[in-house]
Amino acid sequence: MSEKIIFDQKELDLSINRLCWQLIENHCDFSETVLIGMQPRGYLLAQKIQQKLKELTSIDNILLGSLDITFFRDDFRRREEPLSANQTDIDFLVEDKRVIFIDDVLYTGRSIRAGMDAINSFGRPQNIELLVLIDRRFSRELPIEPNYVGKTVDAIDTEKVLVQWAGDKIEKDQVSLIRA
Amino acid sequence: MGSLSVDHLVGIKNLTKEDIVLILDTAENFKSVINRPIKKVPSLRDITIANLFFENSTRTRLSFELAEKRLSADVVNFSAASSSVKKGETLIDTVNNILAMKVDMVVMRHPNPGAAKFLSENVDSRIVNAGDGTHEHPTQALLDAFSIRERLGEVEGKKIAIVGDITHSRVALSNIFCLQKLGAEVMVCGPATLIPKYIQDLGVRVEHNLRTALEWCDVANMLRIQLERQDVKYFPSLREYTMLYGLDKELLDSLSKKIVVMHPGPINRGVEISTDVADSDQAIILDQVENGVAVRMAVLYLLAEKVKRVEV
Repeated sequence: MSEKIIFDQKELDLSINRLCWQLIENHCDFSETVLIGMQPRGYLLAQKIQQKLKELTSIDNILLGSLDITFFRDDFRRREEPLSANQTDIDFLVEDKRVIFIDDVLYTGRSIRAGMDAINSFGRPQNIELLVLIDRRFSRELPIEPNYVGKTVDAIDTEKVLVQWAGDKIEKDQVSLIRA
Repeated sequence: MGSLSVDHLVGIKNLTKEDIVLILDTAENFKSVINRPIKKVPSLRDITIANLFFENSTRTRLSFELAEKRLSADVVNFSAASSSVKKGETLIDTVNNILAMKVDMVVMRHPNPGAAKFLSENVDSRIVNAGDGTHEHPTQALLDAFSIRERLGEVEGKKIAIVGDITHSRVALSNIFCLQKLGAEVMVCGPATLIPKYIQDLGVRVEHNLRTALEWCDVANMLRIQLERQDVKYFPSLREYTMLYGLDKELLDSLSKKIVVMHPGPINRGVEISTDVADSDQAIILDQVENGVAVRMAVLYLLAEKVKRVEV
C-alpha cells in the first residue's frame, strides 16, 4: 500500500480560504443561506468553513446543520454490512433557503443524490449548491457536479482519497491518495 | 453498524446484548426522523410487509403500521376476524398464501405461545413477533428499555420492578430477558397467584409487597390485569387488588425517591394505576408510545437487511 500526499496543510488552508471567499461573493450576508455538512466527514469540513466565514465576514449567525443520509441511500440490502447511521442535526427549516451541501470528497455522486432526498424532510430549499474539497473527476455515476471545488483529482477506482484533519492520529491536516 | 445475529425477531431470549444495543442505537436515529417535519425515509421502499393480527390490538398494530409506512414499505393488514382462518385454514397455509403474493416480511400477533417461532421455522419470510399469547412481546420490551435508557441515561445497574399480572404477561417475560441482558436488576411484584412458581430461576427477585418493591426500584412497570386470559379467579376482587397493588399518588409521593412509572398500555385507570399517577411527570407512558414507533422502525430496518434481494 502506498500513500501520496496531494494536499498539505498550507495548500488546504489556502483552498478553504478561497472557497470561503467564493461563498461570500455569491451569498453576501448569508441571511438566506444555510450550510449543511454531510455526515460524517463533510460535517468536519463544514465546521471549519463556518468558522472561517465568521472570521472573514464577522457574521456570527451563519446557520450550520449536519445531515445523515444513511436511510436515504440507494444501496440498502446491496452491501455486505449495513452502514451505521450518524446524527442529523438540523434545528432550522430550509424552506426557501439557499442550501450549500458541504462534503470532503465527491466520488460517484450517490451520497449527494441521497442528500438531496434527505434535505426535503426539512423543507423545500430555494436552491442547493455543492461544495467539495476534493472532486474525483471521471468517476461520477450520476449527473452531479460541484459548484465550488478545492482541488480536482484524477484517481482510479482502486485508489482511495483520504482527508485527514489534525487531531489524535495526525499532526497536520492533509489529503492523501492511497493505492491498495 | 453490525447486523443482527438473528433472521427473525421471535423473542428477546434469542437476541444477544449486542443485538439489543444495535436496535436501541438505530432507534435513536429513527426517533430523530419521526420528529422531523417530514417523518419518512425511503429505506424499505422495495419491501412489502404483512401485519397479521390474530388477536385484538390497537397500539401495537398502529405503531407497527406507522413504523412501516415511515420506512416507505408497502403494507397489507389482516385480522383474523375477517379472514379464512374462521373457515378452517391452518396458520402455515394462511401465511404461505399471503407470501405467494410476494410479501417479504410478516409481523404477527397470535394468541398461542410459540406461534411466531413455529412460523419462522416453516415459512420463507422474516417474522417479527408482535406478541404470542403469554410468551413474548419483544418490541414492547425493546421500547421499554429504550424509554428507560432515554430517561435515566442507561439501563445497566438500574433496578426495575414489574408489578401486576406476571403469569399472563408476555410483556413481563420479554422485559425480564431484555433488562437482564442489558445489565439491570429485575424484581417482579404481585399477588402470589399471579406470579409463576419458578420465576426466580430466571434470576429475578420476587416481592409481594408493593411498597417494598417501589422503595427498592428506580423504575416501576405497572402491568394490566389481563382478565381476558384468566380462566379462574386469581384474586377475590379487583377492588382488593387495587388496594394492595394499585399505584396512587399518595403512595408515589410517600416514597423516599422519585421513581419512573411505566405502563405498556392499555391502562385501566383506577385499577393498577390511578389517573393522577398516569398523568404525572414521573410517568413516561406516552414517551413509551412514541418510542414504540422508532424502535419498531429500527427492528424492521435491521431485519429487512436480511430479506433476499431478487437478482435481475
